[in-house]
Amino acid sequence: MAREALTGSRIRERRVMAGLKQADLAREIGISASYLNLIEHNRRRIGGKLLLNIAASLEVEPQALTEGAEAALIASLREAADQAGLSGPEADRADEFAGRFPGWADVLAGTRKRVVALEQTVEALTDRLAHDPHLAASMHELLSTAAAIRSTAAILAETETLQPEWRDRFHANIHEDSRRLSDSAQALVSYFDSNDDAADAASSPQEEVEAFLSAHDFSFDVLERDGTDDRVIADMVEQAPELVSQAARHIAGVVLRQVAEDAARLSLTRLRSAIADTGNTDPLALAAALRCPMPCLLRRLAALPELGAGLVVCDRSGTVIFRKSVEGFTVPRHGSCCPLWPLFAVLGQPGLVVTSRVNQLGRAQAQFECFATCEAISSAQYNTPPLVQSVMLLLPADAGAASGMEVGSTCRVCPQDNCRARREPSILSAGV
Amino acid sequence: MSKRVVLVEDELNIAEAIRFLLSNEGWRVETLANGSNAVEVIRKAAPDLVMLDVMLPGKSGFEILHDLRADPDLETLPVLMLTARGQSRDREMAEKAGVSRFMTKPFSNAEMLDAVRELTS
Repeated sequence: MAREALTGSRIRERRVMAGLKQADLAREIGISASYLNLIEHNRRRIGGKLLLNIAASLEVEPQALTEGAEAALIASLREAADQAGLSGPEADRADEFAGRFPGWADVLAGTRKRVVALEQTVEALTDRLAHDPHLAASMHELLSTAAAIRSTAAILAETETLQPEWRDRFHANIHEDSRRLSDSAQALVSYFDSNDDAADAASSPQEEVEAFLSAHDFSFDVLERDGTDDRVIADMVEQAPELVSQAARHIAGVVLRQVAEDAARLSLTRLRSAIADTGNTDPLALAAALRCPMPCLLRRLAALPELGAGLVVCDRSGTVIFRKSVEGFTVPRHGSCCPLWPLFAVLGQPGLVVTSRVNQLGRAQAQFECFATCEAISSAQYNTPPLVQSVMLLLPADAGAASGMEVGSTCRVCPQDNCRARREPSILSAGV
Repeated sequence: MSKRVVLVEDELNIAEAIRFLLSNEGWRVETLANGSNAVEVIRKAAPDLVMLDVMLPGKSGFEILHDLRADPDLETLPVLMLTARGQSRDREMAEKAGVSRFMTKPFSNAEMLDAVRELTS
């Protein structure tokens, strides 16, 4: 049956869905029940004022009763039929199906749309699995270790006259490789675990450092007391179980020296006292009151556990070199950060302080008062741009605060469509 | 006279297992755990076969293969590539660079020995 001839069927379905009797609707729009019956069975053409009246009574848009409103729906149903391999007369009746069962047709079309979106997401995630450097390295480690175990085990099982020294050596190799395999598998499981705890999946030196700092709640009483004693710092680094790699120990040493220098400049006790005096944590006011450089003040505020603040530091290339994670604001482990962060707005402009309320799009919606500044970290040289670092403090915003600037974590997982700063498509663009 | 193979593999336990298996078959095995000087060692050793891992410190297996194929004396030398990176892209790259055989880890010993025999028969 032609699509335009099905307006009556749609009226009938909408009436039934609304729980109206044919006679009731007919009375409401001022026609006889038998005439409405003819309309509903597509034996009378309908349009104009009568169509508008029926639509009004059924509380639907008139277009919902005519073919135009259902064109997209019918197209979607046809795509679903195509993909399912449905052909022949039944497949040709998509418009009739949509007309007679608009609710079910919506469900089917919606499900089809969802399937397409999920397929796109799976494709994007597969792409990520294939190209994530950490995952690739972990898989390589797993397969290499499995290869060693397989070859060695086969030699042990299949070589009848294996000399004792070779046998002992291969047993030792298998023992060593099985431990490696176990560790690699565990690291891989941790990687896939979406736990936000920074101590999990410490698979890079930076993550080892963050795990170490988290274990101390980013606060070191000994450095507050003893200042910048290198031996104290070296002992702390040496004794930290979280710092496995040489690179992590080096980075941790640099971080702790910065903490010690900051502590010598502004103790947490003095900072707490100033906050109590001024009654707020406004960095500009505190910096003035304490005569403390803004970058140092931001780092010190982040070291106060009671504020629950986050901190991100990047170098001149924009690479994140320090992060204190805070729930609701994700600093990506891999890939580049969202360029809209105030952290990057101040980069290359030493002395500039930017403040902005931000909320990061994503699963955990939270708002932050964000303060960022940039400082030169190298001494001045003629005709040489200084090395700089940007520091960004994230203070949880008060509940009920007005909305702030929307930023992402990294383009790959940012749901923001039409973002002026987007570098690459999001794997969430399929609507998941 | 026994045949010679140069094995470039940074996973020491895999290298040890392969060395054992090939030695039992009568091969003289020279192993390297770093790719940086592999081409020079191969050139000097003039082996009957080269076994190459892909991900190596110093120089990757692909780079070594490329250098071997650029040398007129070594362009036909059988090269068996062993890798944990089994993606089709890697296989294509290896074939394009002139690999004789490409095997993905983990492989069986029998499979590896068969490949060695086929490449040097």
